[in-house]
Order: sequence, then C-alpha cells, then structure tokens
Amino acid sequence: MDIFLQQLVNGLVLGSIYALVALGYTMVYGILELINFAHGEVTMIGAMVALTVIGALLGAAPDLPGVLVVLAGILVAIPACMALAFTIEKIAYRPLRKAPRLAPLITAIGVSIILQNLAMLIWGRQYVSFPAILPTRKYEFLGANISLLQIAIVVLALAVMAGLWLLVEKTRLGRAMRATAQSREVAELMGVNVDWVISATFIIGAAIAAIAGVMVSAYYGLAHYYMGFMLGLKAFSAAVLGGIGNIAGAMLGGLLLGVIEALGAGYIGDLTGGFLGSHYQDVFAFFVLIGVLVFRPSGLLGERVATRA
Amino acid sequence: MNFGKFAISALSLALAVSLSGCGKKESTGEAVVKIGSVAPLTGPQTHIGKDNENGARLAVDEINARGLELGGRKVTLELFGEDDQAEPKTATIVAQKLVDAGVVAVIGHLNSGTTIPASKIYHDAGIPQISPSATAVAYTAQGYHTAWRVMANDAQQGRALGQFAAGKMGAKRIAIIDDRTAYGQGLANEFEKAATAAGGEIVAHEFTNDRATDFTAILTSIKGKTPDLVFFGGMDPQGGPMARQLKRLGLTARLLGGDGLQNANFVKLAGVDAEGVVASSPGLPIDSMPGGPDFRKRYEAKYGAIQLYAPYAYDAVNVLVAAMTRADSADPAKVLAALPKTDLQGVSGPIKFDAKGDTTGGAITLYEVKDGAWRVLETVK
Repeated sequence: MDIFLQQLVNGLVLGSIYALVALGYTMVYGILELINFAHGEVTMIGAMVALTVIGALLGAAPDLPGVLVVLAGILVAIPACMALAFTIEKIAYRPLRKAPRLAPLITAIGVSIILQNLAMLIWGRQYVSFPAILPTRKYEFLGANISLLQIAIVVLALAVMAGLWLLVEKTRLGRAMRATAQSREVAELMGVNVDWVISATFIIGAAIAAIAGVMVSAYYGLAHYYMGFMLGLKAFSAAVLGGIGNIAGAMLGGLLLGVIEALGAGYIGDLTGGFLGSHYQDVFAFFVLIGVLVFRPSGLLGERVATRA
Repeated sequence: MNFGKFAISALSLALAVSLSGCGKKESTGEAVVKIGSVAPLTGPQTHIGKDNENGARLAVDEINARGLELGGRKVTLELFGEDDQAEPKTATIVAQKLVDAGVVAVIGHLNSGTTIPASKIYHDAGIPQISPSATAVAYTAQGYHTAWRVMANDAQQGRALGQFAAGKMGAKRIAIIDDRTAYGQGLANEFEKAATAAGGEIVAHEFTNDRATDFTAILTSIKGKTPDLVFFGGMDPQGGPMARQLKRLGLTARLLGGDGLQNANFVKLAGVDAEGVVASSPGLPIDSMPGGPDFRKRYEAKYGAIQLYAPYAYDAVNVLVAAMTRADSADPAKVLAALPKTDLQGVSGPIKFDAKGDTTGGAITLYEVKDGAWRVLETVK
C-alpha cells in the first residue's frame, strides 16, 4: 500500500508538470489548429534562463534564502519565454497563417531545432546542475515520502491551472480567445483583434511553460539543451489524451499520463513476471494513449468536431 | 567501355603504388614511421582527447630523443593527431584518412563508440590499433587481430564491482538498474554474475535509458524490495538525479556505479546526495602507478595537468614501439605478429595481452565520495 501511494505521488508530481506544458500545446491548437512543436524548447529555455539567473545571484549574494533566489529565477524566466514565444509567433508562424496547415507544422519543427542548437551554443552540451538551495524537508504519510518540493510543485501547478481557467472563462481576453477559437473570421468581424489574441495565447502558454521548466529542473536537479524534446512529446501526448484544444482536457491528460507512467514503470515488471521490464514504461504510456484514441478519437474531454474541409 | 575499365585499373594501380610508397622510404638514410593518434579534439571531451594525444606525443618525443633503430636504419617516429569529435561517423572518416596517409599503427580512439566502428577500417587495412581508453567488451570480441587495448575492459570492471559489492561492502540484497546502452548493460550484466557468485541476492533488475531524468517509479518499486545496495550501469547525467531521488524516496541502500559515474560532474549533479556513493574506474590513480609520479613530472613540464588517460596513451605508444623493436621492422604485419609477446612495465603497471588483445593485469580502482570529492577506497586486480 505504501509503495502504491508513493507511486501515485510520483505520478502526480510528474503529471502536474506534463499538464502545465500540455496547456501550451492545447491553447495554441485550440485557436490556430497548429501543433507548436517548439513549445517543449520554450520550456527548456525557461529552465536555462532561470538557472543562469540563479547561478548569477548565488555568485553575487550567496547568503540569500534559496526560495527567493529560485523565485527571482522564475520571475526572469517568465518574461524571457514570453518574449521568445511572441517573437516565434511573429516571425515563424504569422507569415504562414494562410498557408496549408502542413507548412507551419514543418516550420514549428524547424524552430524547435533552431532553439535546441541555440541553447547548445549558449549553455553548452553539458548537463547544467540545479544548485541545492531549496529546502529538502520531507514528510512521511502512510509510509510514502513526500518532499516539500513535491508539494510545492503540485500546489503551484494547480494554482496556475485555476488561474488560467479564470482567465479564459471570466475575462474579456478569455472571451476573445474562446471566440477566436470558435471562428477566427467571425471573431474578427465582431471587432476582436485576432492577431493580438493569438499573440496573447502564445505568450500565456510560454509563461506557464517557463514555470514548468523551472519545476522540472528543480525537481530533477538538472537542465539540458535537449530536455525540451521528450518533455514536449509527453506533454503533447497528454494534450491529445485529454482532447487537444480542450484546456481542462490538457490538465486531466497530463495528470493521468504522469500517473499511468509511474504505475506502469513500477508494476509492469512484477505483473508480467519479468517478461516486460520497466523499460516498457513509455511503451505502456503510449499504449494507453492509443487505446483511448481508438474508442474516443477526440480524446477524453474532446468534443466531436464536425469535419471541416 | 574497355577504355574506361582500363583507365580505372590503371588509376587504382597507380594509387596502390603511391600508397604503398608512403611510410616506408626505401632509401638507406633516415626513415620516418608515421603513427596515428585519434581522440575528440573538439566538443565537450576536448580536454580528455587532447590529454590522450599529449600522452602519446610525450612517448614519441622521448623515443625519438633516445633514438630508435629498426632493420639497421635510424627511424624517426612522427605522430599524426586526428579529431574524431567523439562521433562514430567522424571516427570512420578520420580512420580512413590515416590509413590513406600510410600510418603503420594507430593509438586510439578514446571512446568505445568511436573505437569499434574505426576498428573495422584498421582491420581491413591490416594495421595495429591500440586503444588507451576504450573499455567496451565488444571492441576486442570482434575477432580482429588488429584490435588491442591497454586498459581493463567493462567485463573486468563489472566483475571487480560485483565481488566488491557482495564482499567488502557486505551487500546481501542487491538491486540493479541499467540504461540499456552497450556500456551500461554490459557492465550491469557482468556485475550481476559476479555479485551472485559472491553470495549476493539480486532482488530487482530495472531498466531506464540514457536520456531519462525520472527514476522515481523504478526506485519506488525497488524500495519495496528492501535492497541494501543499488547498482547503476550508466553515465553521470542519469546517475546524478538518481542519487538525489534515491535519498528523497527514503531509500537507505547505497548507490554503486562504474566509471560512468566516477567523475566530477556526477558530484555536481547529485549535490549533497553524492556523499557515500561508491564507483569504480579502470586503472590506477596516477600517484599509485608504478611510474606515476615520475610520469606526472615529465608530462606536466610540457603540457600542464594530466586530465585522465594520458598515462595509457603513453603506454600504448611504448607497447607499439617495443613490438616494432622485437620485430625489428615497422611493417604492420610483422608488428602485429610481435604484439602478443608484449611484456612491458608501463607507467600504469605491467602490460601483457590475452588472446583477444585485452590486458591481463588491468587494475580497477574503487572510489567513494567524501566531502564532495572522490577519494580512493582501494585498488583491486
């Protein structure tokens, strides 16, 4: 039981990070029907920028409390990622908005490769370590170890999701975003500044990605120019699992994928008597994804959309 | 058509003549013997690669200063340093380049991943290759009579680690994680065999990959089996976070690893959780080598601090030249025939080869992290 609970905690922490990154994919897809493959790299840049700031701060004032230093890192990483996402959208996607849908998709992959290589040039190929400045206190709960950092990650992730939900459902910008998602042309006719709404969508997704990036690097203690790729792929899968374009779906999909992965890796070896080992962790997760898509092609919470030309 | 065929054969004949002319000057005066040295000289491993080349260069310079005579003629050695960027693809290109330049032997490469693909080219060309630092078992297991190494391989390392874990560390219940790479898997499997033979019980064997950063799921599963030691076959980018997550999940088991963990980067990535981690490294710490302190003095006078494998590159050149002297020729075929009889007191220790081309006396040193740095625990043969 304690092992099961521990796996559940592991999965929830991982899942809430997936969910945050998945939000960026799903918001952009909801409005543009574009899979922004560069989003994983934006997360990586967020982590790298934060680590640079943290390193510089620690070098200048080693006595600052760790939480404040990390907070400062996040506060610099957020605007950096926002500016980056704004630029990417303006340069790489906007000129292609009227092009066939395949063109921006290829561009997105290109941007992702450019960002990876740029990060490699700036921060090197080495794994960058996250300094051990956060409190490492942990609590025993029914035999499971839960660290303060894990609690902080889940709570912060839930708060960000709640904030995003409020923004989309209760504000003028949110209404404009929903209107643009339903029909860009009609929204434009109703006086919505569609260009601005699309920019805002990218910027909000990037801000959330920056937070997720810092979370990942703090949780695992490292960052790397390549880390955005797998994280992005998993988050994209989470978005698809929940129903791409659906914000609540991305949250649900992320949490679910994290838990499935943890339970899969933890139990698959014992359940199959060693026939399938823990290296099938990813296979297991994607197997569940395919299973869901067979029965619900538009994801768990996705709406059945009428086919458009 | 006929003319084309003729032209090609004439061309290839001319090429063959010009190539065979390289490296073996038939004049009676002083002869130049070309030796290749390959290591990554750009990229993240530059410092280690340059170190290998410098080790080889020091040996070559010393031998030239002493004077070498083969077949009654004075011979000058010339070292050709090439950069394989630690990339398998580049490794084969520079290997071919060296063969075309007419080298009689190659010292290298640095990594197993580059040494193995390049070894086919040297084998096809019939020239001896002595790697100072490639440890993958597969390198000498291909059946190439041209492939040699002067450092203990992963099988020897895995065996030493397994015996140490079940013996000195007193581990009864052992969990194994490997990263499914040729290196990690090979090391873990040898470790498993030796640890079982020495009386340890393997309670779990879990897997990850060399890109992963999340090990909480497999570590939690391992925790349920209450091991007192966790062995990881893999590299520091995984080992660092693994050490952190191990402590965070409240496992009391100690972490043990191979030379993939035994570096400064691991300590940086694992932070305080690196304390007490044990890892091995093939070879001896430089100051425990029979000729270590003296070698350090000579090396540092020319190139600055020793990084890692320079003594092995130095020994590799000396092994090669000793074989040349025994054969009294720089002809690769004759040198290859003389290599099995190698019995050399190198800087790193005594060097003898088994039938495959592995060293028989390779030492393995175990290190433990104490106060944020690796300290020598002991050396096993």
